Amino acid sequence: MIRLEHVSKTYEAGVQAVTDVSLHIAPGEFVFIVGDSGSGKSTLIKLLLKELNPTHGKIIVGGKDLEKINRRQIPRYRRNVGVVFQNFRLLQDRNVYENVAFAMRVVESPKKDIKRKVPTILSLVGLAAKYRALPRQLSGGEQQRVAIARALVNEPKILLADEPTGNLDNRNAWEIMKLLDEINQRGTTVVVVTHNMDFIKTMNKRVITIKKGVVVDDQGGEEI
Amino acid sequence: MRLSTLSYNFHQGIVNIWKNKMFSLASIATMTACIFLLGVFYSIGVNFESMVRNAEEGVAVTVLFNADASEEQIQAIGEAISARSEVAKYEFISAEEAWESYKMDYFNGDEEAAAVFADDNPLADSASYSIYLNDVSMQDSLVAYLEKLDGVREVHYSDVAANTLTDFNRLIKYISFGVIAILIAVAAFLISNTITVGISVRKEEIAIMKLIGAKDSFVRAPFVVEGVTIGLIGSVIPLILLFILYQRILTYVAEKFDALSNLFSFVPVKEVFHFLIPVSLILGVGIGFLGSRFTLKRHLKV
Ligand SMILES: Nc1ncnc2c1ncn2[C@@H]1O[C@H](COP(=O)(O)OP(=O)(O)OP(=O)(O)O)[C@@H](O)[C@H]1O
Ligand SMILES: [Mg+2]
Repeated sequence: MIRLEHVSKTYEAGVQAVTDVSLHIAPGEFVFIVGDSGSGKSTLIKLLLKELNPTHGKIIVGGKDLEKINRRQIPRYRRNVGVVFQNFRLLQDRNVYENVAFAMRVVESPKKDIKRKVPTILSLVGLAAKYRALPRQLSGGEQQRVAIARALVNEPKILLADEPTGNLDNRNAWEIMKLLDEINQRGTTVVVVTHNMDFIKTMNKRVITIKKGVVVDDQGGEEI
Repeated sequence: MRLSTLSYNFHQGIVNIWKNKMFSLASIATMTACIFLLGVFYSIGVNFESMVRNAEEGVAVTVLFNADASEEQIQAIGEAISARSEVAKYEFISAEEAWESYKMDYFNGDEEAAAVFADDNPLADSASYSIYLNDVSMQDSLVAYLEKLDGVREVHYSDVAANTLTDFNRLIKYISFGVIAILIAVAAFLISNTITVGISVRKEEIAIMKLIGAKDSFVRAPFVVEGVTIGLIGSVIPLILLFILYQRILTYVAEKFDALSNLFSFVPVKEVFHFLIPVSLILGVGIGFLGSRFTLKRHLKV
C-alpha cells in the first residue's frame, strides 16, 4: 500500500529531516511511527500527502509513484488518503455536521450522498447526538472524533494520523486509539505517529522508530 | 461543477463578503462611485451630443456670388463644394427661390403686398449655395476654402453655439475618461485588497481543503463569487440611483423651464440606459472577476 525507497528530504534551510528511509506498509496494516521531537515524523506524513516532495528517492502509494502525480492530479490522490492532526484542525465557525460534510463538499459529492453518509460516520465515531455542536463546545476527544469522521467520510484506503492524541488526556487518548483500531479492523490502512509508549506496549502493533531522520528500528509487523 | 457545489461556493462567497464587511463595503462604495460618475458623465455627454446634433441641423454655410459671376463660375463653385468630404449636402438657391421664400416669411404669403416688387426682384443678386455639414468642427476650414474661390462674393455662416459645443463636449469626454480610469483602478485595487484579506482570514480553511483533496477551482470559486458579487452590487446600486436621478431631472426641467424644453430636448431615459445598463454591468462584473482572479493568482498558491 505504501512503499518508500531510499527517501530523503532536505528542507530549503538545509535541514535534513529524513535520511534514506526505505519501508513498506501492507494494505490493512496498523503501524505506529515513534521518535523524538524533530526526528522527522511529521515530515514523513507530509511526504505521504504530497504536501512535500522528497529530495531523493521514490514514494509509491496505492501503486502510484507520487513523483508522477502532477499538480492537477494531487486532489484526486489526496481523496484516497485521510489525515488527522494533533490540533484537530476543525473549522471553528461550523458545527460538527458541517465539519464532516465539508470534506464531502470539498470533493464535490452529491447532496444526497452527503445527507446519507455524514450521519452514518458520526454514529461510527459516537457523535451522532452532538451533530449541531460547535467545536469549542466539545471536549478534545470529541473534537478529534470529528476530525477522524472528516478524514474517513470519503472512504480513503489510508488514514494518516500525526500525534492524534497529543492534546488529549489519557482516557480520551485511549478512546481515540480504540477508534483508530476499529477503523483498521474495517480494512483501512492506518499509520499513527505517537509519543505514547502505553499504546505501543499494550496494542501489539508494528512500530517503526525514527531517530534523526533515519529508521533505526522496525518491529512487530506480521509481514515485512 | 455540480449544482450543489455551485450553490455551496456561491454561499461561501457571500459569507466572505459578510465576514469582511468593512473591506467589502469600501469596495462596493468605490465601485458605486465609479459607475455613478460614469453614468453622470455619459448622461451629460450624450445630451450635449444631441444638442450639438440639433444645432448642426440648423447650421448652414451660405455662399453668395459676385454680381458678374458667370453660369460656369457658379457651376465650378458647386463642384468645388461637392468635392469636400465634410459637406453633407448642398443646394443651389436661385434668386427667384430666395425671393419666394422671403415673400413667404415677410409678407406671410400676402401676394398683393408683395406685388409691389413684381417685376423687380429686390434679391436679384442673392442666388446662393446652401451647404450643410456632417462635421461642424470642419466649418472654419471650409469657410476659408470657399472664400478663396473665384466668383464668391461672400460666405455667410454662424459660428455661434456649434464650435463651443463641440469643444465642450470633447472636454467632458476627456475629463470623464480620466476620472473613470482612475476610479476603475481604485476599485480594482480595493477589490483585490478585499480578496486578499478574505484569503488570509480563510488560510486555515484553505489549507485543510487542499489536504482533503479540493481542486484548485473549488478553492478559488468562493473568492471569484466574492469579487463578482461586489462588482455586481457596485454597479446595480449606481444604476438605480442614476435612473431615479435622471428621471427626476427630466421632470423637474420640464416643469420649471417650460421654455427650455422647446429649445432642446433631453435624450430619453430609455435611450441613455440602453447603453448604460450593459456597460455598467460588464464593467462592474468584469472588474470584480478580473480583480479576484488576479489576486488569487498572486496570493493563493494552490
Ligand atoms: N518547513 C521547514 N523548514 C525547515 N526545516 C523544517 C521544516 N519543517 C520541519 N523542519 C525541521 O525538520 C526536522 C524534522 O521536523 P518534523 O516536524 O518532521 O519532526 P517531528 O518528528 O514531527 O517532531 P515532533 O515530534 O516535535 O512533531 C526538524 O529539525 C525541523 O526543525
Ligand atoms: Mg510532528
